[in-house]
Amino acid sequence: MPGTDGWLMRRLRHLDPILLILVLVLLGISLAVVASASGQNPSRITGHLVNMGLALTLMVAVANVPPHLLSKIGLPLYAAGVVLLVGVALFGEIRNGSRRWLDFGVMAFQPSELLKLALPLMLAWYFQRNETVRGARHYLIAGVLVLLPFVLILRQPDLGTAMMIGASGFYLLFFAGLPWKVMIGGGTLAAGSLPLVWNLLHDYQQRRVLTLIDPAADPLGAGYHIIQSTIAIGSGGLFGKGWMAGTQSQLDFIPERTTDFVFAVFGEEFGYVGAILLVALYLAVVARGLSIAGRAPTQFGRLMAATLSLNFFTYVFVNVGMVSGILPVVGVPLPLMSYGGTALVTLLLGVGILMSVATHRQINKT
Amino acid sequence: MSFAALKDLDRELARFRGRIRVGAAFVGLLALVLLVRAYYLQVVRHEHYVERAESNRISLVPTAPNRGLIFDRRGRILAENYSAYTLEITRAQTRGLETTLAEVGKLIEITPGQLRRFRRLLAESHEFETVPLKSKLTDEEVAILAANRYRLPGIEVKARLFRNYRAGPGMAHVVGYIGRINDRDLKILRESGRDRNYKGSAHIGKTGLEQSYETLLHGRTGFDQMETDASGRAVRMLSRVSPVPGKDLRLHLDLELQAVAEHAFGDYLGGLVALDPNTGGVLALVSKPGFDPNLFIDGIDPETWKMLNESPERPMVNRALRGIYPPGSTIKPLMALAGLELGLRKPADAFLDPGYYSLPNSRHRFRDWKPQGHGWVDLRRSISQSCDVYYYRLAVDMGIDRMHDYLAKFGLGEKTGIDLDSESSGLLPSREWKQRRWKKAWYPGETVIAGIGQGYHLATPLQLAAMTAMLANGGHRIEPRLVEAVRDPVSHVWQPLPPTPRGQLAIDPKNLAVVREGMLDVMRPGGTAAASAAGAPYAIAGKTGTAQVVGIKQGARYDASRLARQHRDHALFIAYAPAEKPAIALAVMVENGGSGSGTAAPIARAVFDFYLTGKRPGDMKLEASDARD
Repeated sequence: MPGTDGWLMRRLRHLDPILLILVLVLLGISLAVVASASGQNPSRITGHLVNMGLALTLMVAVANVPPHLLSKIGLPLYAAGVVLLVGVALFGEIRNGSRRWLDFGVMAFQPSELLKLALPLMLAWYFQRNETVRGARHYLIAGVLVLLPFVLILRQPDLGTAMMIGASGFYLLFFAGLPWKVMIGGGTLAAGSLPLVWNLLHDYQQRRVLTLIDPAADPLGAGYHIIQSTIAIGSGGLFGKGWMAGTQSQLDFIPERTTDFVFAVFGEEFGYVGAILLVALYLAVVARGLSIAGRAPTQFGRLMAATLSLNFFTYVFVNVGMVSGILPVVGVPLPLMSYGGTALVTLLLGVGILMSVATHRQINKT
Repeated sequence: MSFAALKDLDRELARFRGRIRVGAAFVGLLALVLLVRAYYLQVVRHEHYVERAESNRISLVPTAPNRGLIFDRRGRILAENYSAYTLEITRAQTRGLETTLAEVGKLIEITPGQLRRFRRLLAESHEFETVPLKSKLTDEEVAILAANRYRLPGIEVKARLFRNYRAGPGMAHVVGYIGRINDRDLKILRESGRDRNYKGSAHIGKTGLEQSYETLLHGRTGFDQMETDASGRAVRMLSRVSPVPGKDLRLHLDLELQAVAEHAFGDYLGGLVALDPNTGGVLALVSKPGFDPNLFIDGIDPETWKMLNESPERPMVNRALRGIYPPGSTIKPLMALAGLELGLRKPADAFLDPGYYSLPNSRHRFRDWKPQGHGWVDLRRSISQSCDVYYYRLAVDMGIDRMHDYLAKFGLGEKTGIDLDSESSGLLPSREWKQRRWKKAWYPGETVIAGIGQGYHLATPLQLAAMTAMLANGGHRIEPRLVEAVRDPVSHVWQPLPPTPRGQLAIDPKNLAVVREGMLDVMRPGGTAAASAAGAPYAIAGKTGTAQVVGIKQGARYDASRLARQHRDHALFIAYAPAEKPAIALAVMVENGGSGSGTAAPIARAVFDFYLTGKRPGDMKLEASDARD
């Protein structure tokens, strides 16, 4: 089979067509919405296109790496991520009141972004390594591996990212077979410790939760984002006001409308029908991902594919929930829709891993 | 790989697939939550959010209408508008209010008074409201500020229409003034549903005609419907409703007559109301002292306000409207008419006045102002000599109830209905009133002094003028009116405001003629005010009076020369002229003037002279006519 095709064609053979189409459709919608939200700002649009090109290229590259090689970078990537997080805690740059960034002169970088992929890779590698001798000890160690970056990111403070990283770790443990009774017990314990956690939250984090309960209490301050985005979505109605015709978005009422609040623009301009379509597209991505997981030949592939799929929709849920006013404002972008290079690269690297798992069918034992 | 291990793996795989299904269900549940929420926002609450998005997007930018002008009867301007530049500051936009003020102070002169006023206005307004710091900027100041505006955010130079009262302090009690709309005004506007019409207005009528004709003077606010973005910047205009300017007012009042009257008061304080007895038109309405109404337009500074408010001369009180005094002897002509009309007296009935009057079975002596008495007194003489004992006796014969009912027909004890707000209704005592107010029975002695307008009696100069006008016009009830006509700003047509007909009182002309003769006698040689009529080319009918300021002990004598001026009686005088065909009726009250004939009657004469013959007081400068427009 090989030999006749060119180099590029061989590379492209590792793409999953269904995932690819879904991703391209979502990116197409994103381009349209960002163009509208930015007021057809050419630099925003070209920037978005450049990000997409870069992220898609990386996706193709990762899709060509066999899973057994991907599993090998789990540990070093995780270790590097944790070291950088410690570095952030010690030397990090403070922006908007929290210490999240490492400045390398040429570029500033959020190490927490790295952990979004490094943690599942690390855990999946760990569980695969101990596939035959799995015991309580391994879950415990895995739990510690999750908690370590979780706590470091929580302390930055960045509640949103910490929750997302924690969720990805939990999903992996869940798919790795964490016993129900442990989960139920842990859940009960977590619920019991909520008051304690509340006290550990920073003032601004507490305010965000309170604002969610009653956004009208502070309409010009913290509640402004939520009020304006719900007005945008609600005024969109069944069919929306039409592309580039949303008054809330076009007249600057929606803050952060190309990034975190892009769904408000989408909801205003494309309405409930558009929202159903968008959620359906996301569900299709998840369904494809879970089906890849179900058919994956290795433990590593199964765990990675299932975890990334669930994680993908968790992002969707947290972002849309936040923009439509049922979750606190935590600064999580909408997958494949929000403007922003880092998030797009991370997401498409994840899709690349899914494709790699889907297209490398031979069993590779470590 | 061992068989056991494979079996393990199979079980492992089955469990994994089970968990995938759980995961899929979880994702489905999350998706459902999102779609339910979106359904709630976009379908259930759609209307609500459309409304909110529209109110976000569309803002109404109000355009304040030009305020109507006020003219006197000859078209001389009393309240005008002029355009000038004003420096205004929006606190929320400044980079620190104090530094901005200091910077502005370096550029142009800001007086301490302006600064104080600014701070007071600031304390009353919201952070994002624009507050004037200095108005009527010179061209040079405008240029300096315009050049430095870029480095002082929050300051603005705006062209605005200003109100100016050119007629001076003498007209302050008539025209009143406008002032900045405060929270109380806003509440009233809101309650009457007029607040929308004041969206673009900073000022509202506070007193005088500015207040009572506010609705006509203000006009209708226009609105530009603008599409604005989140920062409030207008993107485009959607529609426009032009403002409708306020209506102009023309008064019955003659600015020069007013000036003559005021001048005639000399150093004295007091009030004067002159009416056209045929229409009720107010020809002059003086309350001395006046004040400069221009001080109030953009907020008065606290010191001046304190000074005006705490001055013992009480310049802010409109004496003509709200000053209540015992009418004293000025009600005697009306009492005489009541006696005739009620059949209690004939014109020729004469009584002996020994200088005092005592009720039957009482040793208390009610004294006449003339200790030795007037001798035999009939009705005409009782008026011309102002005989107290005649009226003591008449009051007792009449009784307080009939007295109250008859005097009430001439408007005493109730508001005249003049087109100014906060008029006082005075007090016309009655048995029923005393029971209600004091929970006490009426004493016969109280009837006696009520007969000469003392005791509980209280009346405003305006009420006395209206009463006099009714004596002059034969019982035709009038409602005093300052505004004679209203001009529509669009059609420029003056629309007269006709007098409100309030009916004709049935009076026997013969009875009225006797009383009028008595009032003429007052001004004839031998009458109490004869000196003030000397040489007049027209006949005056009048009546003097005094309103007691300090109580005189039984048996003691009132001696004006021995009292400090502020303890002297208030002098009263009512009159109309020409007696045969009255064209003007007035009431004068001179605070601490002593006697009506001495201080009040000469003022009335000066007013009559000017109104009827055009003669000015000899020592009066011609400054009032400068205001001719």
